Amino acid sequence: MEQIQTDSVDDEVIVVEGLTKVFNKTVTAVDHINFSVKRGEIFGFLGPNGAGKTTTIKMLITVIHPTSGGAKILGGDIAKQGRDVRAAIGVVPQEYTADEDLTAMENIMLCADLYGIPRQVSKNRSMELLALVELTHFKDRRVETFSGGMRRRLELACGLINRPKVLFLDEPTLGLDVQTRVATWNYVKMLKKEFGMTLFLTTHYLEEADALCDRIAIMDHGKIVVIGRPGELKDSLGGDIITLSIQKEQQDITDLISKIEHVKEVKLEKGNYTIKSSNGEITAPLIIEALRKNGQIVTKLALTKPTLNEVYMQYTGRSMRDTEESADSVIAQRITMGRANR
Amino acid sequence: MNHDIEGQVSKSRFHGLWALTNRELKKWYQQPFVFVMGIIQPILWLALLGKALNLGAIIPSDIPGVSQSAIMLSTFGTTDYFSFMAMGMVAFTTVFTTAFTGMSVVWDKRLGFMNKVLSTPVSRTSIILAKVLASSIRAIFQAAIVALVAFALGLVTGTNFAWWSIFGVFAIVFLLSVGLASLFTALTLRTTRMEMPQAIFQLITLPLMFASSAYFPIDKMPSWLQAIASVNPISYTIDAVRRLMIFSDGFGPLPMDFAFVGVFAVVVTAICVMLSWRYLNR
Repeated sequence: MEQIQTDSVDDEVIVVEGLTKVFNKTVTAVDHINFSVKRGEIFGFLGPNGAGKTTTIKMLITVIHPTSGGAKILGGDIAKQGRDVRAAIGVVPQEYTADEDLTAMENIMLCADLYGIPRQVSKNRSMELLALVELTHFKDRRVETFSGGMRRRLELACGLINRPKVLFLDEPTLGLDVQTRVATWNYVKMLKKEFGMTLFLTTHYLEEADALCDRIAIMDHGKIVVIGRPGELKDSLGGDIITLSIQKEQQDITDLISKIEHVKEVKLEKGNYTIKSSNGEITAPLIIEALRKNGQIVTKLALTKPTLNEVYMQYTGRSMRDTEESADSVIAQRITMGRANR
Repeated sequence: MNHDIEGQVSKSRFHGLWALTNRELKKWYQQPFVFVMGIIQPILWLALLGKALNLGAIIPSDIPGVSQSAIMLSTFGTTDYFSFMAMGMVAFTTVFTTAFTGMSVVWDKRLGFMNKVLSTPVSRTSIILAKVLASSIRAIFQAAIVALVAFALGLVTGTNFAWWSIFGVFAIVFLLSVGLASLFTALTLRTTRMEMPQAIFQLITLPLMFASSAYFPIDKMPSWLQAIASVNPISYTIDAVRRLMIFSDGFGPLPMDFAFVGVFAVVVTAICVMLSWRYLNR
């Protein structure tokens, strides 16, 4: 019998072991993290600013050296085979890195040259990629005149010029408007589907991680606090939450509700019932039904699905809203960090 | 898609080096304003300062036994001070041009371009050498403009001058530019602040200029200044340029000039490249 191994070690395109970065011998930006990413996966790195996401990605793309520990990308050691690793991966950095004085075409051809791609190949490939990101009409315009979304798309095209097997995206939608963000998500999904590419992205938009990623790691204070599929992470919180109120001066119905299918926990607080259920859509109508049979009237019922925001709260002790900042302050912070890191 | 050549990748180190050099040069010649300003500046230096400092005129010609041209010749090696200074400017213009290399390294870091380049397989050495090379090509171009303007304003060539002198001048100016561009790059490798290269430029330029033979012959300087000027690679370049163009007393120390500037270029470039390995990858 032929055995097909789909989960062999070869399928782990990124393997990180004990990766650590200490700046100035005092600031531990990344603290002994371990994880692996499988071929074809979209892996999301989530966390507040300064959690160590960008430092991690910069070590993986071999731009900064780890203090200790290491990682292998496509079998290449990030510390010893930096050049080979860089040749095999694609990078879309957080900032806009294109040269503003050059045209879109000149920029993408420059990227091709930096990867050592011969001209007869790179010309066609550049045109293909510009078409992919819908910049064909603007190819001879200087990047200076581009909008944020156009620049982001150009960065994406540049990151794909060497047909990478693994693509790193550092905050790919930072500072973009909603439409452009959704468009960027669609590109990312398309890359996975069409090219079977493995994508590693950092973000601090929870809905982005939820919509895109196969697996998520939440990072805080340089450590990975939790790792798993978005669904798993939400389930780990104990399921859906139903809040319910009934007409006043009626008997306690805690016991009654507890017996209903999928219900895991019932709490009565200030006249409102909070019910945890592993399947809220099924439980909610059953509760209404049961109460009606019992002669009680439901005045209000709300069903809340746990979001990554709750997961995030649970593991970092902060709401994402508290840490979300404007693009400007993020960049300023990054420059400040950069100075601190020297 | 053509899969036969898909994976073909040029491993040549020159591929990335040339691409980056070309990028720098494009940014220069595609900006007509910067380009023209770069040409106008040396013209102003020569036409205004070079012609204003008419040192020959301060030697009285009516005192018996005093020959104006003999004094000028023994002091400056030529009877025409304008020619003396113009050839100094041919060499010195490289300082102004190469000082911008440090500025462009800082710009690339601030604008994120450096991050992009660092994440590609191109070698760190190429990244730095491209800066140095592009800057040196610009410096040679500037020097050529200064030389042309000097000819137009009445340069008096010496008997040493021959058609191939021009190539000698380009060669030594190129060596000096490589050294200076590496120096300015090395000094700004670690910083992301714009003030840094500007401060360095202001700190270094004037001492380099006055502690060299650009305006005044070294052997007439006070001895402490002579000591500084005689290790200044710009002095050696200026001496070589003058020897090739306006002097008439043979080539004597020319090989020494080339050797000194050549060693300066190689050593500073090597230091700069080694520092880039350390500081570009943190």
